[in-house]
Amino acid sequence: MASEMQLVGAGLAAIGTGAAAIGVGLIFGNFVNGALRNPSAAASQFTNAIIGAALAEGLGIFAFLIAILLYLKS
Amino acid sequence: MNGEVESKPNPIEQFELHRLFPFEVSGFDASFTNASLFMLLAALGVVLLMVVATSSKAIVPGRMQAVAEMLYEFVANTVRQTAGKEGMKFFPFIFSLFSFILISNLIGLVPYSFSPTAQIVVTFAFAAVVISLVVLYGLYRHGLRFLNLFVPHGVPLPVLVVLVPIEIISFLSRPISLSVRLFANILAGHITLAVFGGFVMLLLSAGAWAVLAPIPILAIVALYALELLVAFLQAFVFSVLTCVYLNDAIHPGH
Repeated sequence: MASEMQLVGAGLAAIGTGAAAIGVGLIFGNFVNGALRNPSAAASQFTNAIIGAALAEGLGIFAFLIAILLYLKS
Repeated sequence: MNGEVESKPNPIEQFELHRLFPFEVSGFDASFTNASLFMLLAALGVVLLMVVATSSKAIVPGRMQAVAEMLYEFVANTVRQTAGKEGMKFFPFIFSLFSFILISNLIGLVPYSFSPTAQIVVTFAFAAVVISLVVLYGLYRHGLRFLNLFVPHGVPLPVLVVLVPIEIISFLSRPISLSVRLFANILAGHITLAVFGGFVMLLLSAGAWAVLAPIPILAIVALYALELLVAFLQAFVFSVLTCVYLNDAIHPGH
């Protein structure tokens, strides 16, 4: 029983990766939005966009890691 | 998962360590493993690339020299943008970090090879070196004023009571997030590739369904393109975050 519940928990933890995907999408969507309004400032802000995406993605990766750990333990 | 039939494809198998040359120092296992072999290969790859690229020193660069110059310019621009002019004294460190991580990510993408950056111990060692460098340089440069890093300017006292613990926790979680990001990205990519490879094997052994086997292969091709991007992006993100943290050590009390 515990092992089945671990699989359910792994599935639940994987939801977090989808949430991180929304976050990364928002960051790059807004970056492109701003870049189209002021293309001359776009290049200087690309690094910031990447950093923001990396930080948002990191949290999703943590969720994925929990999912993998639960899956392997079951 | 344990005690399953061996014939099923196992996506985790590729990360297993094997001792190539068993070696022990007073009960401490220091064997030369496949991870050590591929890290050595990556380091040699970086050295070889740079030696070959700078051997001719032409004014109009050849292909190899152009690669090396692009890498140099790219990393130098990143360091200048994120850590300022003073950060340039850490440029050799960040350049070696970037090129090593990039080359080992790329070597790991070759089929049947091994990705050293998919081992948490490797990435955590990098992150530990980076964070100790930040702390030691901050203390050396600013003394105890380095602790201003945890006390933002112009914040009223009641807010500080909440803010300072949060800043300390966020600083302490940096080595963990820095190492886990690189490790988990590479791990996740390789597991996905292996799972799709497993789909091909399962379809091929399923009689008439074998006609569908090319579909996962096409997916693998697309995923490989994505993984190439991830391999580069994660090396870039690792070095950019190193620069950001070093910037904190150079200018604490933002």
